[in-house]
Amino acid sequence: MGNEAELLPGTLDLLILKAVSLGPLHGYGVLLRIEQISGRALLIEQGALYPALFRLVRQGLLKASWGKSDNNRRAKFYELTSKGRKRLREETAGWNRLVAAIASALAAQPQEI
Amino acid sequence: MTAYFRSLAGRFFHRSETENDLEEELHSHIQLRVEALERSGLARAEAERRARLEFGSPERFKEECREAIAGNFIDVLFQDLRFSSRMLRKSPGFAAVVILTIALGIGATTAIFSVVDATLLRPLPYPKSEQLVSIQDNFQGVGAQDVGLSEPEWHDLQCSGIFESVSPTWFDENNLTGSSQPARVRLLIVAPNYFALLGMQPQLGRGFDPRDHSPGLIPEVVISDGLWKGAFGSDPNILSKSVRMDTDLYRIVGVMPAGFDAPGRTAEERNVEVWAATSFYGAPLSDHPPRNRRNLPTAIARLKSGLTIAAAQSRVDALVASLQKQFADDYPLQNAWTIRLVPLKERVVGNVRQSLVLLLGAVGLLLLIGCVNVANLLLARASARGREMAIRRALGAAQARLTRQLLTESLLLSLFGGIAGLAILFSAKDFLLRLVPENLPRLNEISISWSVLLFALIASVVSGVLFGLAPALQAGRLDLTHALKQEGRASTGSAERARTRRALVITEFALSLVLMITAGLLLRSFWDLLNVQLGFNPQSVISVRTRLPAPNDPGIDKYATAAQETPFVRELIRRCKMLSGVEEVAIGDTASIPLDESLRDLKLISEGQFLLTVEGRDVQSDQSTVVERSSVSPDYFHLLGIPLLRGRLFNESDTDNTPQVAVINQAMAQSLWPNEDSLGKRFKAAKADAPWITVVGVTANARTQSLAQADLPQIYLDLYQTGAKRLAIFLRGHLRTAAIADEVRKQVQSLDPTLPVSGAQTLDETVSASLAQRRFSMEMITLFALTALLLAGLGIYGVISYLVSERTHEIGVRLALGASRSNILRLVLGQGLGLAIVGAAVGLVCALIVSHLMASLLYGVRPTDPLTFASVVFLFLGVALLACYLPARRAIRVDPMIALRYE
Repeated sequence: MGNEAELLPGTLDLLILKAVSLGPLHGYGVLLRIEQISGRALLIEQGALYPALFRLVRQGLLKASWGKSDNNRRAKFYELTSKGRKRLREETAGWNRLVAAIASALAAQPQEI
Repeated sequence: MTAYFRSLAGRFFHRSETENDLEEELHSHIQLRVEALERSGLARAEAERRARLEFGSPERFKEECREAIAGNFIDVLFQDLRFSSRMLRKSPGFAAVVILTIALGIGATTAIFSVVDATLLRPLPYPKSEQLVSIQDNFQGVGAQDVGLSEPEWHDLQCSGIFESVSPTWFDENNLTGSSQPARVRLLIVAPNYFALLGMQPQLGRGFDPRDHSPGLIPEVVISDGLWKGAFGSDPNILSKSVRMDTDLYRIVGVMPAGFDAPGRTAEERNVEVWAATSFYGAPLSDHPPRNRRNLPTAIARLKSGLTIAAAQSRVDALVASLQKQFADDYPLQNAWTIRLVPLKERVVGNVRQSLVLLLGAVGLLLLIGCVNVANLLLARASARGREMAIRRALGAAQARLTRQLLTESLLLSLFGGIAGLAILFSAKDFLLRLVPENLPRLNEISISWSVLLFALIASVVSGVLFGLAPALQAGRLDLTHALKQEGRASTGSAERARTRRALVITEFALSLVLMITAGLLLRSFWDLLNVQLGFNPQSVISVRTRLPAPNDPGIDKYATAAQETPFVRELIRRCKMLSGVEEVAIGDTASIPLDESLRDLKLISEGQFLLTVEGRDVQSDQSTVVERSSVSPDYFHLLGIPLLRGRLFNESDTDNTPQVAVINQAMAQSLWPNEDSLGKRFKAAKADAPWITVVGVTANARTQSLAQADLPQIYLDLYQTGAKRLAIFLRGHLRTAAIADEVRKQVQSLDPTLPVSGAQTLDETVSASLAQRRFSMEMITLFALTALLLAGLGIYGVISYLVSERTHEIGVRLALGASRSNILRLVLGQGLGLAIVGAAVGLVCALIVSHLMASLLYGVRPTDPLTFASVVFLFLGVALLACYLPARRAIRVDPMIALRYE
């Protein structure tokens, strides 16, 4: 438990887009998928998923439809729209640039200046 | 669009689909989590606990989801509305009180606004009416207003290039014969361009030809819808008919539409029944009269398009200056002749503007006081609901959300109030219209129009925000732990809330005091006017009017000179004296009817005011020489009880053949001959051919011209020497108005069957009618003020009751520790009186400002009248004391044991 990281603000949306890009999911599935692909290293307040999902639907990045889950329950499934796919690509690139920049900044040694 | 509204309605009445989905989605998440945790080996109960803990507050996330959903604003609004109506249904008494208060406030404000809207705000009902002006000639130098214009001046204005067209208007009465009874009709003599100038078309037939400049009166008339429907029974062939007016024959060429009013100052001048046209020269009018014969009472004009009134005024000023130079003899400099262009609307409604604005202000204050009262009620309720609010906050409702919820509740209340107010207004419309004085201009235009409805809506929303804001904001600033700890006691946030409530009560008191003082001043003015020494005795006197014809051909005029008229007048007096119940009879012209305001314009030209020259005085002297005059028979003075001070009254030796004599009042004697004996002095009308008139008597002053002014100069001339066309027959005795009018008609028509008889009225009624407008404002404002006083009393009662119930425990402790009952009484009363005194002080300052603004509406009292101010303040403190005493009595009856156990 002790080695879980707090989410940076704004990154939850990105994680949701990524999780959904791997295949349509219902809300709880999104949570499981994020835990799975992050290696259970991120601490997510579960309820906070839903406002984020609604927000993404409203922005047209996700679309939602009701269907049956594995255990035959009615569940709402989310999938990526083409707009969402584009956004995911942009945000991933942006994130990578940010990480590279921060990493190189943090790796700087006194003799390189 | 309809589908949209249906979905809106659906969302309002049912829990929306999204709401159900949201619930289900979150629920299924938690269920899945519980199952997963169970599979990992936890017990069911533990798994459920963990799942909920991990999920966080569902209410908070639901709220956030709702806000994230598109179109959510309306959903939230509907949710708030549903919740609000549920809350209000739960406390119907509270809701009813609030809605009723607001309904009365909005109803009254909207009612007054509908009057203001119809009279002051809406343009006159003529096309492009902003281009219409009234032309007013003044002799500022001698203090004479509205002296009329002369025929050459009219031409100067027509040709000046400033106006599209100019039409003199000359209001007069006339005798219409040919129908069953000779009738007196209200006639307006205008230029042929009049209807074109106003831009109005008759509903039947045509108007006058604007290019017809033939001499004399054009033998055509246009009649009003009322006359057509009344005297002619809506005859469809009316256009082929002719009518006889003053024995001359005119063809009816047009009928004006219903609701068309002439733009006049008094009700009489607006209700014109017949329009006749002339170019104001040629018999029977004087042929091209000289510049100083101001025979045209007034004129209206339409400005050239694109010209503002200010620009037109400066060009008119230049014209006046050059005319004065060119015709120096006709325009003596000391007269200081000016022509003022007044917006036509101002002429029609100018008299009532101040009263109406005052009324609107007063009723607005009342609404504001109502709002303050409701705010107080809401605050009291907010204390009771403090715990509910705290729990909702604890469950995750955002602060902004609670504020919004409470504000929605207030708005809902005020909208219901507004709707109820409008409903009252609609149902009481006819009754209310009867309260409005009949001589109010544009009375028939008063309606509940879109702008009135919009006003009601805005007023409702604004009052909802006004009274809802303080409680809503306070609910937002809630100290959670503190609030929850209070075991259901109604004292959450009490310190701040109590402070707000005190501030509200002070505001309420100040506002009510302003209203009360305004009402007090008006009441005193009115009272003083009612009890003024009239200087004449109007009791058991009835006046009846008749009018002698003035044919266009003077040769056939049976009453052309005083000598021809006198036998008729003498015989009429003799016959009227023989009627049963009649004790005294006198006859005068209509200017001699005391305080009669119905024929103001008429007085300006043919009777009433005139300019005079005093014998032996320099014409260039700058003394004010405009005087009221009337022609009366000798018995007039005795009949009205106006005492003679010096000299003699008219007698049988004054006839058409002897030099003209006059009786003047003391004010006139003092102003013209301050240190001399006025008897035997001579004066004459300021016209070339006017005869000298000798003063033979001086009477006491009588307020026959204006109730408000005691010492207006007045000249009485002998009717047997001057003659008069418009006659008033005065009868004193124990008489019934309707019966005596018939008797007099019989006598008049037995002498001359063509004469109309009209306007029978007791002098008391005439005096009372002259006060109609004042009475209306006074009554309305007194009504508003009393309501305000009641509301303020209730307000302070509520606050003090609340404070007492809050402090029951403390009072118990004090009593247990040995405080006396009178100590407690003093404590509670002191608190209430403190509020009242602060409120009164603030109110006094505001009232001083307001009373100075309304100084011109007052009579006999100064705006700072100490008696009014002091008595209103005492009344106020008395009401406050009473309102505080009731809760205070409850406080001293507190049983210390119960109070202490009550915790």
